[in-house]
Amino acid sequence: MSARDASRARTRQLSLFARLRESRIFQGVALISPANAYLFFFVILPLVMIVILSFLSRGAYGQVVFRFNPGNYTRLLDPVYARILVYSLGVGFGTTVITMLIGYPLAYYIARSPARQRSMLLFLILVPFWTNFVIRIYAWIMILRGGGLLDTFLQWAGLTEEPLGLLYTPTAVMIGMVYEFLPFMVLPLYTSLEKIENALLEAAADLGAPPWRAFLRVTLPLSVPGMIAGTILVFIPAMGMFVLPDLMGGAKTLLIGNVIRNQFLTARDWPFGAAASMILMVMTLALTLFYTRRAGFSEELLV
Amino acid sequence: MSDKKLPLWLRLYGVAAYAYIYIPIMILMVFSFNTMKLNIRWEGFTTRWYGVLFNDQQVILATRNTLIIAVVSTIVATILGTMAALALHRYRFPGYNVSETMMYIPIVIPEVIMGISMLVLFVMLNFQLGLLTITLAHIAFNIPFVALVVRARLHGYDNAIDEAAMDLGANELTTFRRVTLPTIMPGVLSGAMLAFTLSLDDYVITYFTAGPGSTTLPLRVFSMVRFMVTPEVNALSTIWVLAVFLVLLAGQVVQNRRA
Amino acid sequence: MKSHRIAGLVLPVFLLLAACAPAPAPSGVASTELNLYAWSEYVPQQLLDDFTAQTGVKVNYDTYSSNEEMLAKLQAGASGYDLVIPSDYMVAVMVKLDLLDPLDLAQITNFANIDPKFADQYYDPGNKYTVPYMWGTTAMAYHKTNAPFEPKSWADLWDPAFENKLVLLDDSREVPGMALQVLGFDKNSTNADELEQAKQKLIELKPNILLFNSDDPETPLITGEAWAGLVFNGNASLGFAEDPEIAYICPTEGCGLWFDNLAMPKGAPHPDAAMAFINHVLEPEQSVLITAEFPYSNPNAAALEYLKTNDPEAYAAYMAFAGTNPPAEFLSHAAPLKDVGDATTLYDELWTDFKGE
Repeated sequence: MSARDASRARTRQLSLFARLRESRIFQGVALISPANAYLFFFVILPLVMIVILSFLSRGAYGQVVFRFNPGNYTRLLDPVYARILVYSLGVGFGTTVITMLIGYPLAYYIARSPARQRSMLLFLILVPFWTNFVIRIYAWIMILRGGGLLDTFLQWAGLTEEPLGLLYTPTAVMIGMVYEFLPFMVLPLYTSLEKIENALLEAAADLGAPPWRAFLRVTLPLSVPGMIAGTILVFIPAMGMFVLPDLMGGAKTLLIGNVIRNQFLTARDWPFGAAASMILMVMTLALTLFYTRRAGFSEELLV
Repeated sequence: MSDKKLPLWLRLYGVAAYAYIYIPIMILMVFSFNTMKLNIRWEGFTTRWYGVLFNDQQVILATRNTLIIAVVSTIVATILGTMAALALHRYRFPGYNVSETMMYIPIVIPEVIMGISMLVLFVMLNFQLGLLTITLAHIAFNIPFVALVVRARLHGYDNAIDEAAMDLGANELTTFRRVTLPTIMPGVLSGAMLAFTLSLDDYVITYFTAGPGSTTLPLRVFSMVRFMVTPEVNALSTIWVLAVFLVLLAGQVVQNRRA
Repeated sequence: MKSHRIAGLVLPVFLLLAACAPAPAPSGVASTELNLYAWSEYVPQQLLDDFTAQTGVKVNYDTYSSNEEMLAKLQAGASGYDLVIPSDYMVAVMVKLDLLDPLDLAQITNFANIDPKFADQYYDPGNKYTVPYMWGTTAMAYHKTNAPFEPKSWADLWDPAFENKLVLLDDSREVPGMALQVLGFDKNSTNADELEQAKQKLIELKPNILLFNSDDPETPLITGEAWAGLVFNGNASLGFAEDPEIAYICPTEGCGLWFDNLAMPKGAPHPDAAMAFINHVLEPEQSVLITAEFPYSNPNAAALEYLKTNDPEAYAAYMAFAGTNPPAEFLSHAAPLKDVGDATTLYDELWTDFKGE
């Protein structure tokens, strides 16, 4: 009898409780329950209140009135909001693509560095992000403003004569966004890349594949989970950002995050803000689930 | 991974990337010594802003609060998040899809919504707003990030190793401790680092769940900076960065001793 | 294993957390704490320290950066605060929403220090709920040498010579209000047609706008990135202190006026400390501390007298600059913003349309 069969025979003889312990369903549920309970209570429940809120009305002084009002959602059909949404998607998408392009080689560099150095290198990426978010933005403002540090340097080097006028433009916003989101892309990418066994690459080399081929056929596909995690961690928050675009873009364009914030803080139309948030949430949730299901966090979809 | 030498272009790229990341930080640090209060251009050298900083009671209180919240929320979120990641990776159970979806929700919510909804929850429960409410909120948004990072790490992890261990007589707990955990530890640590960073820097959610006397560093700095970006704020950042570097250095020394 | 090490870390931290929870104030007797919720960078540390030294009351100073943020927090039901500093129109809203408790003026003996001009205002007749804190204007600042010409009216800002050189407050009432005034309408208009015209007028201004900034609009004026704009008087004063070429005027079409006030939210846990604090703020020596650090306009007549005798140079500077001491001509064109009730949504849509264009 194999060890496996012996273990199964043992299991059958155990008490119900012990058998329960062995049950894979029970183990799964036991592992996820604490997180589930916590999130249900502190996230889902409050969200249900927000859903209810999105169907209520605004009183004359910005207070919430218990009057059913589906108009909050129909208001969102106005083309203005569609434009804002598209622009926000664009910012999210652009940020994701650029951080992926910049972050992938960086993650690769760290993953292939000697093991001793790796955690240090990772730490070094995160250290600047332990300064305050707003201060980092102000450092960039100091660099990019007309007559600021970049201009001073370029003029001193004789490369330009006039100030570049980078600040308060979409370019400045992109520079800042990529800067902020780089660790969120690099970390998951690194995690994925680091797992790839050397043996696989050596086998590819042995079979005559040039390095770029080995990369395309072996490394890249295996790093896809990291790319997905990175995309989720960057695209979604980037879409909802408004502080950085406001500070570096001069607050000249509205993003969906601004609209929502305005509803809660300026227009004092909480029901409308709740409705806008619901739409944003549903969209991003759908995107996330679609992405992860397709790309294989669910094991059965793995090729 | 490989111990072969990295191609030159990759090493140059690494240097350039780190330069991009660190140049603004260097500038921040240099300008903490600027005499000009408005800190728009360099005027002269002084260390007095550090003096101002060390006497700033509000900043000191905020720093203490921020650290407590970050440490506690990271620990709790890492434990719960790792467990959840394991559950989602390895097992199938009724409610799997719902659990998975729930795990993504805090990542997907606009922060304003999360902040306001938690505020309303705490008020309805008559919780006094303060450090506890902020910590509870931070745990809530940290759990999914940890879970996501750990799951990316787990993906492709070969369960056969675990089964082999169990066939050899180890029970689940031992298998976990001796086999699974060490292997996924890089992912867990990555997740923990992410959670810590997120907590340290959080503004919006903290804003809504903070109460009298429980201000955090991001809140404090944000309000200081809105009025005038004085070098005191730069001095604060410089101290932070140096403190982290010292901790890092200590960690490396310890690691090298062990090796 | 690592589990017991983690437990060893968690326990003391939780104890620390518990120890940090605020202790309940003893009832009846003078409180030991005051929870102040005010604009950030609006109350000098020295003033707070002096208060603690004199009364033994510890002040917790939490901050917000807009009236609406403060209202959002209070509306959600979060109490725990003893004092807030709402602006004029916000006082009216808070009274209607029953969010404020009346003040006991009998306890505030220093109320007499307030210049009678500023007492008994339209938004709080009889000072039932509020005591004036600081006041000011919202108007035009420009750089005398950088600007291509000296603007005299808001309409001047539409001149192509100002392309990409304007800084405006990021305010969905002030900016449309400016456009309404240029068109000759009331800045508090609720007329949809007038608002539509204002929106079109603003869209025409877009090429000239370098940035929107409500926090430190004086900075671009100082660096020279911007040459003119719509700012608060405090910003103008700070800019002037840095660069005397910065001027502050009330354009011909009109400008804004505002009053900030100390008020007590309903259910304040330490009302006695709140009254004592208000009294403390009204002390001339304390009031001048505010003006010194945050150069808005001071409604405290006794404080200005104190400044005149104790620091004539500062007094002269205060009186000379329009940001701190607007002349009568300036004030005659200044009008406050009023809450527009349901039309707030119209303004928000105007703002969204304008920015999203």
